This record gives sequence, C-alpha cells and structure tokens, in this order.
Amino acid sequence: MSILIDKSARVLVQGITGRQGAFHARLMMEYGTDVVGGVTPGKGGEWFEGKPVFDTMRMAVETTNADVSLVTVPARFAADALMEAADAGVKLVICLTEHIPVADMMKVLAFCRRRGTRLIGPNCPGVMTPGQAKVGIIPAMVATAGNVGVVSKSGTLTYEVGFAMKNAGIGMSTIVGIGGDPVIGTTFVDILEMFENDPETEKVALLGEIGGSAEIAAADFIKNSMTKPVAAFVAGRSAPPGKRMGHAGAIVDGGEGSAEEKILALEAAGARVAANPEEIPGLLN
Amino acid sequence: MKLHEYQSKFLFRDYGIPIPQGQVAASPAEVYDIASEIGGIAVVKAQVHVGGRGKAGGVKLARDAEEARQHAENIIGMNIKGLTVERVLVDPGVDIKQEIYLAITNDRGAGKPLIITSMEGGMDIEELSRERPDAIIREHVDPILGLQDFQKTFIASAMGMPRAQWRAFGKILSSLYLCYSERDAELAEINPLVLTGQGELLAVDGKVIIDDNALYRQPALTAERDTSGEPDSERQAREAGITYIKLDGQIGCMVNGAGLAMTSMDMTKLYGDADGIGPANFLDIGGGASPGQVAAALRIILSDENVKCVLFNIFGGITRCDEVARGILTAYNEVKPDVPMVIRLQGTNAAEGNKLIDDARIPNLISAETLTEAAQRAVAAVKEGG
Repeated sequence: MSILIDKSARVLVQGITGRQGAFHARLMMEYGTDVVGGVTPGKGGEWFEGKPVFDTMRMAVETTNADVSLVTVPARFAADALMEAADAGVKLVICLTEHIPVADMMKVLAFCRRRGTRLIGPNCPGVMTPGQAKVGIIPAMVATAGNVGVVSKSGTLTYEVGFAMKNAGIGMSTIVGIGGDPVIGTTFVDILEMFENDPETEKVALLGEIGGSAEIAAADFIKNSMTKPVAAFVAGRSAPPGKRMGHAGAIVDGGEGSAEEKILALEAAGARVAANPEEIPGLLN
Repeated sequence: MKLHEYQSKFLFRDYGIPIPQGQVAASPAEVYDIASEIGGIAVVKAQVHVGGRGKAGGVKLARDAEEARQHAENIIGMNIKGLTVERVLVDPGVDIKQEIYLAITNDRGAGKPLIITSMEGGMDIEELSRERPDAIIREHVDPILGLQDFQKTFIASAMGMPRAQWRAFGKILSSLYLCYSERDAELAEINPLVLTGQGELLAVDGKVIIDDNALYRQPALTAERDTSGEPDSERQAREAGITYIKLDGQIGCMVNGAGLAMTSMDMTKLYGDADGIGPANFLDIGGGASPGQVAAALRIILSDENVKCVLFNIFGGITRCDEVARGILTAYNEVKPDVPMVIRLQGTNAAEGNKLIDDARIPNLISAETLTEAAQRAVAAVKEGG
C-alpha cells in the first residue's frame, strides 16, 4: 500500500500539449504511471504518445474513467482548470502551477470541498509512490521504494533529502509535495494522518519552512494522534522577518511563522528535528 | 505590493468608505496651501512603507497652515528606518470619540477571507490580540458566496458597536469586502476607523497589501507601485525574473528552488554564525538556469560589496548538472568574479557537471560534494579572505 496514488491510478494531464505538460507527461509514462489521456481546450481529437486529447475534462473523464488529474496550465487559467477537474468528478487533483492568486485558490478550495475532491498544491512538485507511479515532476532518481513517508512544502529540498535517504539505503512509501503557497488544498496534518493509517509507512520525514502555522498544527497532531516516529527539518532559520522567501507562503509576518517557533513545537511534540537536512537519514535510523 | 496610506485611503474612498478630505504633497509650500484650504487643525503624515512613523516623528498635528508648513520642512526628506520620506499626506484634524479596528485578510489555515474587528482600535493588532484577545471579533467569509447581511449584523452586535452606527458600519464592511476582493488584497485594514464626536465613522488610517500574483489583473494599482524603498539589486532581479532578497552576510548564494535556497542560507549561518559569517542573499535561480540567467544572477550577487564568496548549490532533478555547469562557466567568463566560488552540483549528471568545472581549472573555484561540505568551505573561504 501507499497513500494517494499507486499503480492503479488512472491519470489525466490538463495542459498535456503544452511544453511543461508534454515533457512531464512523458516522464510520468516512462516511470510507469498510467496516463490515460489529456485535456487541452481546442485540441480535442488529437493524440499524445498514443493517448487521446480532449477539449473538456467532462468528456475526458467519461471516456477514460480517470480518477486523478494533474494540472500544469499557466497561472491565469489554473483556477478554472482546477474547478473543471473537480466538476468532472475526479477524486484527486494535483496542481503544479505557481503564481495563482490567493483569491482564486480560496474559491477553488471551497469548490473542491463541496465536490469531495482532494486537491494537492498548488505550487508543488506532485506525488510519487516509488516503484509504482508518479504524478508531477519529482525526478525518478531521488527515490526508492520503502517504508518512510515524506511530506514537504518544497521541491528541490525534497529531492535533496530523498537523494540523501536513497544513498543511505532508506526507501519511501510515498512522497508528497504539498506546496509553498499560503492557501493549499492539503496540509501537513492531512498527510500525516494518511501516513499514520498506512500499514506500509513506518516512519515519516516532514520538511517545513517559515510562514503560516501548518507546522505548528502538524506538531499538535504528532503529539496527540501519531504513533509513528517523525524526523523533521524547517527551512528559513536565517530568513529576515517581513520578506517573502521565494515561495508566496514563506514569510514571517507579525512575529508569526518563524523557524524557531516551529522547531520548538515539533521538538516538544517528540519529532526529531535536524539542523541540517543531510542529517535526516541518520535521524530515521 | 504594499500601498501607501494615501493610496489605500483613496482606494477606500473609491469604494464609498468615508475618509478625511486630505491631499498628498511633496513640498512644504504645497502643504501650506492644502492646510490653508483645510483651515483649522491639520495632520501632516509621512508616506513611507514602514511601521512606527508616529514614534519616529513622521506624524505631526498643526494648528494652522504655517505650523503645517514647518512640520513639512522637517518631515519631507526625513529618514525613517532607512527610508527617505518623499511625500506627506495632509489631512484635516478629526474629533475622535472612539477608535475602532477593522481589517479583512486571507486566513491561510482556513483558506477563507477573515474579518477581524474590535472597538479597541488605534493600537497594533498583534499587540491587541496579545493583551485583549476577547476584545477582537473574527468572522470568516465564504469565498464563493461573499459577505452576507446577517454576518454584518452579527459582527456589529458582537463587537459592541452602538446601534446608531450599525447601518453606517455595515455599509463600510460591505465596501471594504468588495475592495478587498475586487482588488486582490491580501490585507485591507482601517486602523483606526474613527467614531467622531458627531457620530460619523471615518477611515483615518489605512493599509492595503495587494497579492503580487494578481498584479497582472490590477493595472491601475501596478502603475502606482512605489519602488523607492526597494534596493536597486532587488529591482534589477525582479525585472530579470529572478527572486533575490538582499541580506547582510558575506556569502552570496545561488540555488535552484526556494526551499533549498533558504536551506543553503541556513547552512552558511549554521557553520559561520560563531564567526559572524552568514548569507548575503536569498536567490532562487529557478528550474531552467540558462547561462544568461546564471550570469545575470551572478552580477546581482556581486553588486553587493559585502560578498566575499559565492556558493552555488544546484540539485539537478529535471535540470541537468552538466548544463548548469556550462552556464556557470559562461557566466564566470563574462563576469570574472574576484571572490572565491564554491560549487556543489548534485543529482542528474552531477559527475559530468563536476568534471566540466574541474577541467576548466579556474583558480578560486572550490568544488564540494555535499551541502554540508559546501557550506563549510564557503565559510572557510570567507575566513581566509579576512
């Protein structure tokens, strides 16, 4: 088992004929993901690597019976694409797109909740269950199958830690990038709960960063509801307050969301917190 | 993007929120004219993007136009926390009976707009929520439905607003919500909203922050952007499509990905802090990292005189390290930096990338295998350089 996706996931790519969409759809197929088709309005009837391209999500889902969608369309069109996916009835939507206005995401999130669709992201690298499937851009080389669940706000930091774990002989059950935006569909707590309930996940690595209070909520959950050990790292100890560190959500605001505060909360909850992400494999042993 | 007080209040006025009838001036003579027109008590307020203007002497009350002119002489050109005051707002004095706090902001955790209000306004909201948390009313708005009438009545009643003002307060709430949602604000704050001796409500100070990701659909606000508080290097980076934030350490950092960029900064501090050494900047080169972009980023990093060493930390996932290495070598030949550079390439095609760097046999170029090693070598290079 694993969480969110496995080899049975039937995946659509929204924006499959775009440069990013096409590139990553090919890598996903090479990895073994069952990409059943794609959607690009105006290109319905075309083919991509032997898979059908549709004009609308509704037609795509009806025809292919897909249950997962990956959104790779540009920020201005992403909110609409996300709502279209939820409206078409897919159970899981993963959004890579960066720079979507927060006002749009708040509407999308409310709509997804109404439709019972789980949203991951936006501004995230996606989800990978090593050896089975990947939906997103996590490179195959950073992961190997195993029993550590990884959840992270960041892309390349996840690759860094994944690579270090792999070199130390530690494999992963599922890797989830939840995204670095202020408003995201799925939080640390949601994923920790899934890992806690997943029989194949034995330990968890959590990679947080400054801004917001999601790591504090995660610490509460670890303390009150988790039996599995957690190793963590929080990026941004050296970040000045009031400045947005690349990710739209990474800002210490009004004294809230600092790395120190999050590290203290995670440590108090019993997580092992690394000062250096290269120490994570050691903390998982 | 932060708006100045005057920009925020003029925006509120466009949405029908009552504000004092003030005007903006850039010279003492203009201030004199505006204050004469006001006739009576006027307030001269520095327009800068920092908190604590009042304490720094940037807000002064004047009994007449001459006194307003004198205050303007002092305030215009004044330095407040490193920013020079270029403009002042001249407002008529207000007969304050009570100060109210009212703001609408994005609640990250809930993913919904949040109205925050209190009859005890005037002070900083963080201070108020520490000292008098019960005095604050918080109400979420459904982002699809928008603000409902019953919520306005609930808020006015729960906060203890006098009944005589419910109607006027409800109108201000609706207007502020519309302004917040139509203008893609992260924050639309009135502090204080003043209840005057005459029973009117007036937005005496205002603060609006616009979501940078929505600026493409807010052309009128984007045209008003004031970049005077932004370092030149940050502006150049923004124009080149690179995220760069200047800090005060000695190690320039060039990294792919925001989370890893923060982590690399943290590592230089972890190993350098004891010797007063730390990161000179945050810089995310992004996914592609073409030679042109690497060169532009390197120039921006080196424009900071404090930089004594540059640390490259690239984790190639989709990005190939040999391509990044070529980018670094091209940038090196173009920019010819005279400070040592520590280069750590890991991930896809790392061996090929490192070979390209090694074969170039550039003095001052130090390679490293792990992030830990790279940070430690950068710190050592700064120490050796004195």
